Amino acid sequence: MSTPPSSRGIGERLQHWLPRLVLSPSFVLVLFFVYGFILWSTWISFSNSGMLPDYTWAGTRQWSRLWSSWTWGIALHNIWVFGLLYIVSCTVLGLLLAILLDQRIRAEGTLRTIYLYPMALSFIVTGTAWQWFLNPGLGLERTMHSLGWESFSFNWLIDANMAIYTVVIAAVWQATGFIMAMFLAGLRGIDGEMIKAAQIDGAPTWKIYGRIIIPQLRPVFLSAIVVLAHLAIKSFDLIVAMTGGGPGNATAVPATFMYSYAFSRNEMGIASASAVFMLAVIAALIIPYLYSELREPRS
Amino acid sequence: MTTTFNKCLMAGAIPLAILLSSSAFAQEGTSKGEVEVLNWWTSGGEAKALGALKDKLADDGIGWQNMPVAGGAGTNAMAVLRSRITSNNPPTAAQVLGYDAQDWADRDALSPLDDVAKAGNWDEVFPQPIQRFAKSDGHWIAAPFEIHSTNWVWANKSMMDELGIEQPDTWEAFIASMKKAQEAGHTGLAYGGQPWQDATVFENVVLATGGADFYRQAMIDLDPKALDSDTMVRSFDRFRELLQYKDDNSPGRDWNLATAMVINGDALYQIMGDWAKGEFLNAGLKPEQDFMCFRTPGTQDAVTFNSDLMIMFKNDDEQQQSMQNTMAGIIGSPEFQVTFSQLKGSVPARTDLSSDGLDACAQRGYEQAKAAAESDTLMGSMAHGYAAPAGVKNAVFDIVSSFVNGNMPSDVAAEQLAMAVQGARS
Repeated sequence: MSTPPSSRGIGERLQHWLPRLVLSPSFVLVLFFVYGFILWSTWISFSNSGMLPDYTWAGTRQWSRLWSSWTWGIALHNIWVFGLLYIVSCTVLGLLLAILLDQRIRAEGTLRTIYLYPMALSFIVTGTAWQWFLNPGLGLERTMHSLGWESFSFNWLIDANMAIYTVVIAAVWQATGFIMAMFLAGLRGIDGEMIKAAQIDGAPTWKIYGRIIIPQLRPVFLSAIVVLAHLAIKSFDLIVAMTGGGPGNATAVPATFMYSYAFSRNEMGIASASAVFMLAVIAALIIPYLYSELREPRS
Repeated sequence: MTTTFNKCLMAGAIPLAILLSSSAFAQEGTSKGEVEVLNWWTSGGEAKALGALKDKLADDGIGWQNMPVAGGAGTNAMAVLRSRITSNNPPTAAQVLGYDAQDWADRDALSPLDDVAKAGNWDEVFPQPIQRFAKSDGHWIAAPFEIHSTNWVWANKSMMDELGIEQPDTWEAFIASMKKAQEAGHTGLAYGGQPWQDATVFENVVLATGGADFYRQAMIDLDPKALDSDTMVRSFDRFRELLQYKDDNSPGRDWNLATAMVINGDALYQIMGDWAKGEFLNAGLKPEQDFMCFRTPGTQDAVTFNSDLMIMFKNDDEQQQSMQNTMAGIIGSPEFQVTFSQLKGSVPARTDLSSDGLDACAQRGYEQAKAAAESDTLMGSMAHGYAAPAGVKNAVFDIVSSFVNGNMPSDVAAEQLAMAVQGARS
């Protein structure tokens, strides 16, 4: 092609600038709406804000009120119980399902889809469905009673000590399929030669899994745990749909705590302090992960 | 008052509504002689009652732009209102509860209604406890719609007849009658296990146990000595006794489903505000014939209330100002107060009217409210935000709900209550 040098210069310059031009609006929007508001929330958490933002400096007043709040203690305890059980159960069950599916069974595609489907539902749908299912007057317990098993009792949903575990059940049901898919992809990526060699050496299957396959899935474990951990800390809609934070405050978590303080208790300052605290926890999890992920190619 | 599902939908819709509010609503001109009214009256009787205001305004040639934000017992509407105010685009008027009117007045956001109030003699006709919420620094800043009272028991008449239960006048008779129902295989008390409902029943017990003076000292003055007192411990004891007569499946139940238990003959009583009456009337039942209404035994001499208020936002436009005054005038007028309460199930907030147009329960309720206003026992309801600001109210909810759903001893509960209230006020 014989294009004049000047126009080629424009084209090149355009090529040089176009990506930046196209990306800049979203960059500015992210800068403002994500990082801008993070700063704003942090500022609010050190102010006297109540019903409306109020920019007078209050020092650490809101933070000390947050930490002396009784509900915040419950919320932290719950997120700890919920997060731990959620992450461990999803990882273990997901890995187990992936290993079972990986045995070259028939109709694998269909089964995989069935296991993965809950992930396609929103947490609101999951929460409402499980609420109906576990409600003693509507679901499982009533069905068992009407079938003639009168002594059957499963009332965790309305028991303040057990309600948080019903939320774990629903959340695990939803996310296990997704974790299974992650592990399945990991399993498929393992070199078959190594396994064959082990089989020839006469190693039993459980030993092959325990010593060879699972250790190689380390990156998948890491990804799964990071994905699950931030889902756990953000959990809000599932709890609102399933228990509304109740009975009483028995299933309050930091996210429902924040919503309640910001919108129904007119305590924007405490709400912001709790939001900033949640962000700090998530950052503590995600930043080391991102750091290790981004650094790897170089080493 | 809404289902959890609704709440979730709204939780998602708030950001959307906030976005919309700054763009779409801003384009709507206010020069057409329209008032824009933010409210959360979307269900049957409430919507009809609001329709009465719309019709009255239409008679004066004023248009109506409804801005309903349903759900969360007003929480969502208040979130939208805050965003409208912060973006400097207030609606003409908004329906609010409790301390919200005071909070907005403190921010100098409201139009004073003194002229209307003077013309309507509001200082004389509205009782003091209502004025406490509708006036700020001596100026009228809100127009009160009605008085709802929360110390009512709703009873299934045919079950009472069948079991030979007389209307109980004392706490002991009240408990005994529920025991009777329980023994006959019914539920004694229809109960909705949500924090605000827990607190509604609890404040009834406190009033019945300690009397009006104690209620005021503990719930309104928030005196730590009263909150952590023997009387409060006894209130919690009685509350625990009462809770034996609810069914096991109550946690999370909506109030109207609990009312339905009484309507359907599954339960004997429900302790609930007078909005529960609407459920009975909608089911085609008649007061005093098919269902009974009486003050919670032990609280006959007092009335705990909540009251919806209409506040008007400051506006430079003179036409808007005059429409605001017209609207406030209508709300305070005798005919509207009666019409509105007939539709909504409340009683008029003015105390100078005749109760003739009201149903049997409301007639009695209105006379009791007047008498209570007279004898200074018309007191704000803690559960509905008329005794203490939102932060304190929710701190009380925390303790009361934990008490209901756990096995906290009464003395610990009283101690925790005093601490939680103290914490929320700090």
